[in-house]
Amino acid sequence: MELDYLKTLPLGGFNFDNCIRNRAMAESGILQAPKTMKTGTTICGVLFKDGVVLAADTRATGGSIVGDKNCEKIHNLAPNIFCCGAGTAADCDHVTEMIKRQLELHRLNTHSENRVQMAALKLVAHAFKYGGQIGTHLIVGGVDVKGPQLIECSNDGNMYSMPYHTTGSGSLAAMAIMETRYKENMTREEAVNLCIAAIEAGIYHDLGSGSNVDVCVITRNKYEMLRNIKHDNFKVFSKPGGYQFKKDRVQVVEEFKHKLVVEAGEQPMDLS
Amino acid sequence: MDLENYTNVNIFKKVYEKREVSSIHNVVEQPHHLLKDNTQHAKGGFNPYVNNQGTTVAIAGKDFVLVAADTRISQGFNILSRDYSRTTKLTDQCVITSGGMVADIETLHKLLIAKVKTYQRQFKKTPTVESLAQLLGNTLYGRRFMPYYAFNLLCGIDQNGQGSVYGYDAIGSWDKLTYGVQGSGSELGAPILDNQFVGHNYLVKTLPDDVSVVEDTGKDIINSIAERDIYTGDQVEIVIVDKNGIRVKREPIRRD
Repeated sequence: MELDYLKTLPLGGFNFDNCIRNRAMAESGILQAPKTMKTGTTICGVLFKDGVVLAADTRATGGSIVGDKNCEKIHNLAPNIFCCGAGTAADCDHVTEMIKRQLELHRLNTHSENRVQMAALKLVAHAFKYGGQIGTHLIVGGVDVKGPQLIECSNDGNMYSMPYHTTGSGSLAAMAIMETRYKENMTREEAVNLCIAAIEAGIYHDLGSGSNVDVCVITRNKYEMLRNIKHDNFKVFSKPGGYQFKKDRVQVVEEFKHKLVVEAGEQPMDLS
Repeated sequence: MDLENYTNVNIFKKVYEKREVSSIHNVVEQPHHLLKDNTQHAKGGFNPYVNNQGTTVAIAGKDFVLVAADTRISQGFNILSRDYSRTTKLTDQCVITSGGMVADIETLHKLLIAKVKTYQRQFKKTPTVESLAQLLGNTLYGRRFMPYYAFNLLCGIDQNGQGSVYGYDAIGSWDKLTYGVQGSGSELGAPILDNQFVGHNYLVKTLPDDVSVVEDTGKDIINSIAERDIYTGDQVEIVIVDKNGIRVKREPIRRD
């Protein structure tokens, strides 16, 4: 066949080539295979009278260093479905984006609204296929024909449906607030305030979570993204006058002086 | 060498044979630390050390020393305290500030206070910063094989009235510095200090003379570290040592 080279091209999906290398590294005993980072987060979701509230903090960490002080952890899956992501940031971003496209195709093919159950099932099916190696801990919330729905999808392929959920490293702090203050048939106002309080508990008591609070309220035929609804954490002090880089600290060994000749028609570079 | 024969020779044979010989007599003659139970115990199981993180910065000036440290202690992802003081007064002209394990820091600081008192009773004078620097080095090295998990900066006014900072590792290696940073945010703080203050790498060796500028810089450094290091935050504690004694003040910084 003429197009034999096609067989040598990657087929798509994940590339596992480095697994062989990593095993060789581990067996050699000299080098250690690279490890993935554990990330911290606080996310939560609450069902209320006529909708769902999702909330998240905005800190992204790599080990003990803050990588992003104001990242977005609430992802859009469909006009009526949103999803909070904890765990490995890349997995959450790519998996939600992938499911978002599948849902859109389904929407266009069936001319109907997506169901939250279906989105969650797709997420869980994908996660289970990889035996928990894809680090997605998601809280999916939305409103469909069956009313407001809230489903948690963990990386090992489990789905839980409860009226309130918390996940991430700050889940214990957030759940403490949920367990004390949750009640059935809350108003929108109450639900939003409960979510903010839960996320703030995570922000202040869990080192993996921090910065601001994002909230998303989904009701029938409408969603509202309240980005940075709380923003109390910022740098409180900077040295007045800023910093100077003193030149005399470094010894000048040799100095060159060149005359800059501008040729006709050329514009001199702006050096200011 | 005959390679064919070489492969058949078990080079570990002697070792194996020696190990397999066992009698009560042999076991008793073995050194205590080579007994099987003991070696296994030393390897696994209990680990008495834990890092409680936190950052501390010290800067020496012409006639003062400034210490800026955060007040957060943590274990894993949990905050254990938001107002812990990691700086202790040793004499009127000397303080010690540390990062690492709080239990060890506390013990070490108490021990040093006791040693200062003993010194005062014995010699009828307060120890100088230079003496305390050597004393701390010896104290730490005395625990060479079960160290205090504390990374220290000893700061004070020396006999010439100049500010000085002494930096240590956990087992007592030390050096005289003009500024230092220890703890979880040390990698973030060190470059700013290197740029702003006089150290080994600069030709013009003049110490800063304005306390307020150094104070602002120290405060800003802790604030900046708190932005990016999750273990640093809550409050910044400023300690200024000069010829008039020691001043302490605290200011809130981000708590998340």
